[in-house]
Amino acid sequence: MSMTKIKAAGTALLNQWRFLAGLKYFWPVFLAAGLAFCIAADVYDFVDLYLQLIIIYVGINIILTASLNLINGYMGEFSVGHAGFMAIGAYIASILTVYVFPQNTAGILFPAAILAGGMGAALVGFLVAIPSFKTRGDYLAIVTLAFGMIVKSILENIDAVGGPRGLLGMEKLTTLPWVFFWTALCVWVIRNLVYSNFGRGVLSIREDEIASDLMGVNTRQVKIIAFVVSSFFAGIAGGLFAHALQFINPRMFDILKSTDILIMVYLGGIGSIAGSILGAVIYTVLLEILRPLGVWRMVFMPLMLVLLMIYRPRGIMGMREIRLFTPLRDLVTEKLWRQKKKEASDASP
Amino acid sequence: MPLLKISGLTHRFAGLCAVSDFNLLLQQNELVGIIGPNGAGKTTVFNLMTGVYRASEGSINFQGKELVGLDPHSITRLGIARTFQNIRLFKELSVLDNVRIAHYGQMAYSPAEALLHIGRFRAEERRITSQALDLLAVFHLDESANETAKNLPYGLQRRLEMARALAAEPKLLLLDEPAAGMNPNEIFQLMDFIGWIRRTFSVTILLIEHQMRLVMGICERLVVLDFGATIAEGLPAEIQANPKVLEAYLGEEVAS
Amino acid sequence: MIQIKLPSPRSPPAGGGEGSGMAYLFQQALNALQLGSIYALIALGYTMVYGILTMINFAHGDLFMVGAFFCFLLAVYLKLSFVPTLLLSMLGVACLGVIIERLAYKPLRAAPRVSAIITALGVGLFLENFTLALSPYPKHIPPLLTNTTWAIGSLSISSLQVLVIALSLILMLILDFVVQRTKAGMAMRAISWDKTIVPLMGVPVNKIISLTFAIGTGLGGAAGVMYGLAYPVIDPYMGIMVGWKAFICAVVGGIGNVRGAMIGGFILGAVEILVAAFFPSTYRDFVAFTLLLVLLILRPYGILGKPQPQKV
Repeated sequence: MSMTKIKAAGTALLNQWRFLAGLKYFWPVFLAAGLAFCIAADVYDFVDLYLQLIIIYVGINIILTASLNLINGYMGEFSVGHAGFMAIGAYIASILTVYVFPQNTAGILFPAAILAGGMGAALVGFLVAIPSFKTRGDYLAIVTLAFGMIVKSILENIDAVGGPRGLLGMEKLTTLPWVFFWTALCVWVIRNLVYSNFGRGVLSIREDEIASDLMGVNTRQVKIIAFVVSSFFAGIAGGLFAHALQFINPRMFDILKSTDILIMVYLGGIGSIAGSILGAVIYTVLLEILRPLGVWRMVFMPLMLVLLMIYRPRGIMGMREIRLFTPLRDLVTEKLWRQKKKEASDASP
Repeated sequence: MPLLKISGLTHRFAGLCAVSDFNLLLQQNELVGIIGPNGAGKTTVFNLMTGVYRASEGSINFQGKELVGLDPHSITRLGIARTFQNIRLFKELSVLDNVRIAHYGQMAYSPAEALLHIGRFRAEERRITSQALDLLAVFHLDESANETAKNLPYGLQRRLEMARALAAEPKLLLLDEPAAGMNPNEIFQLMDFIGWIRRTFSVTILLIEHQMRLVMGICERLVVLDFGATIAEGLPAEIQANPKVLEAYLGEEVAS
Repeated sequence: MIQIKLPSPRSPPAGGGEGSGMAYLFQQALNALQLGSIYALIALGYTMVYGILTMINFAHGDLFMVGAFFCFLLAVYLKLSFVPTLLLSMLGVACLGVIIERLAYKPLRAAPRVSAIITALGVGLFLENFTLALSPYPKHIPPLLTNTTWAIGSLSISSLQVLVIALSLILMLILDFVVQRTKAGMAMRAISWDKTIVPLMGVPVNKIISLTFAIGTGLGGAAGVMYGLAYPVIDPYMGIMVGWKAFICAVVGGIGNVRGAMIGGFILGAVEILVAAFFPSTYRDFVAFTLLLVLLILRPYGILGKPQPQKV
């Protein structure tokens, strides 16, 4: 083997490891920098308030999109009631900060309120998961649709939480740093789930549920995990939403809201975390940019969506993922294995 | 103790009796074949054994445990894995993922650990990935570990399906028409392959097949089904000469 | 000409007969039949498209709304009378349905089903907001029919109610006849069983699919006209709730099953009127949906639906 070839092989190997080494530092650096920026923006107010609100909405939508993508994209179901979980989280968090927490502690106890909203939504998500064991496809769509409508109806009928007029009086506790934190957490947890055996279980249910069951995957367990995680984060998003808008009513969480989230999922791409982020960002930002068009922007948007579906039915990043989200461990394990194998075959003549 | 004891297995679909009074005794490490004309109920027996259907009557006893009424994944965890007549791979997933999924039953970490990538998660994942790659290497599929399953040629897809079944670490392997779509050359290779699997993985094999060359070549014992009922049982040579079997396959006139 | 304020789904029923139990029941039964007929007509559109393409046309509810708006345009600007308005509105919606099918759904026949559904959602949103952009305020449909009330004992029956019920039943009978006894109907049923083989038998699949859409959406348009006459104030978002409800009707009846859609529609109509009679109006949707959900849990494939046998 010539010197140049050996050198080339060595450089290639080094480049591969360099990429992996780079990967190891990318996320911690990015997240730390992002968080620092958000805290600074919050304390020193150098970002325009309107822009801040947009970024907050983008973050909330990313959480909603990524969590719905878990059920609709990765697991291949058709859930049309995501706004219902959001509503539960919004109401629980708001009731806690406005009525339950003692005066002036709402700011400090805010994360607890958000968490409580998430857990409430997760509990209901567990209940919604149960019909999913036996029904699939369109029938499950009905169950989730009815669920969303039932939640809205129940909220409209409870006068204690304001009935149809809704709740107000929430403090503006949703700040850039909080949104950044929760968004990053959501994306990280969902990515973790997807790159685990549970995540592969979710994918296998989409591909072929019966074969999956027959290969030893406890499909019931997987569905519960997926629904609970998905609804948990929808609840979190709801709590954040309530404390950004400072006012909520049941109509905000109706079928149109669920449709919005659906669009973001399919716009960005099913079964992809990068796709979820992309879909949420594009949809939110585009709607803002087109605001001068007034009512015509909602004529234009769906048309674009239809065109996108015709030319790219799985969404922009349908089922593809960017390398950055793949856990380092996955790539390393495989490389190490191949290296060992190569050494073994080199050693034996 | 026999590995598998099926007694009086009967299954009805809305008036049609798909399987009636099926009995089978399997000892460890045997290689038994189930044959019969199309629609005889062979795959239904597999489906009953693996829990896809719940038997109307009868019992399936595997290593002392009763299987009737259990979920498919519980049955797989007890040690029965299968392949399918029409390949049922996870088409959009990679070859490696197809095999890794079958390790679900042996996964040693909890959902919480998976969500946060803490605790036993990393070590387990490394173990699962290495084991999956080892298995793929044995089947000469490791080079295509990151290929999407649907892009593999047909023969490799069949191999992958078998690798996936073996990843579940079964004691009993059910093969449903493994030779479907193969030419005589490939069937010879398959015969060696099945024998090799049996030795390497110490599995008992029960297979459904139409290709007589394969069946007569490797099966130690045969069971013949027709219209859901067992019409003959015994050594391949006996079955070949059995008039009832000939009648089932070829019709009354030719048999007599 | 006597104008009676007909019970709208938005308020508790006001149509007479609060007297004896029997009369009240009969009154409510009529209300339920009226509402149920409209739901049934819309549900039929969903089920026909689903049966033939396995696709849920979520724009269907909005086509129903377009039907009501066509009725408005024809009645107010062209000052047409009832029959031409009905027929032209149905025709208009049917044409629109076929155009949508050709432009938006046909390219997606090979794509994953969910993409087609999202496209349908997009088309629906487009129709809603386009109508909203052109007509920001709710519109009022002028009375196209003289609405007489007949009093029989303590019962009062309005001719409009009778008309809506009768017309819907006639349309459904015509549909049943077409599906069961004509060649085109046979082709529709064949395609719903096996889409790949049927073209090999010389059936012009695309034409039949377009015909199915035309009929399904035409019925939705008719429902729009009748809804507009029964509850005269229309707005661009009226199709959303009605659309989703009719979809649930189709599923409860067993999606893909024409007779099931009719049954589902009448069940929901009955449930809604019953609930409105005994519960405060804000509970109506909640109880109706819960009941439907329970029904689906008990019969997961709908009343007349059959589970698709999974071959393993």
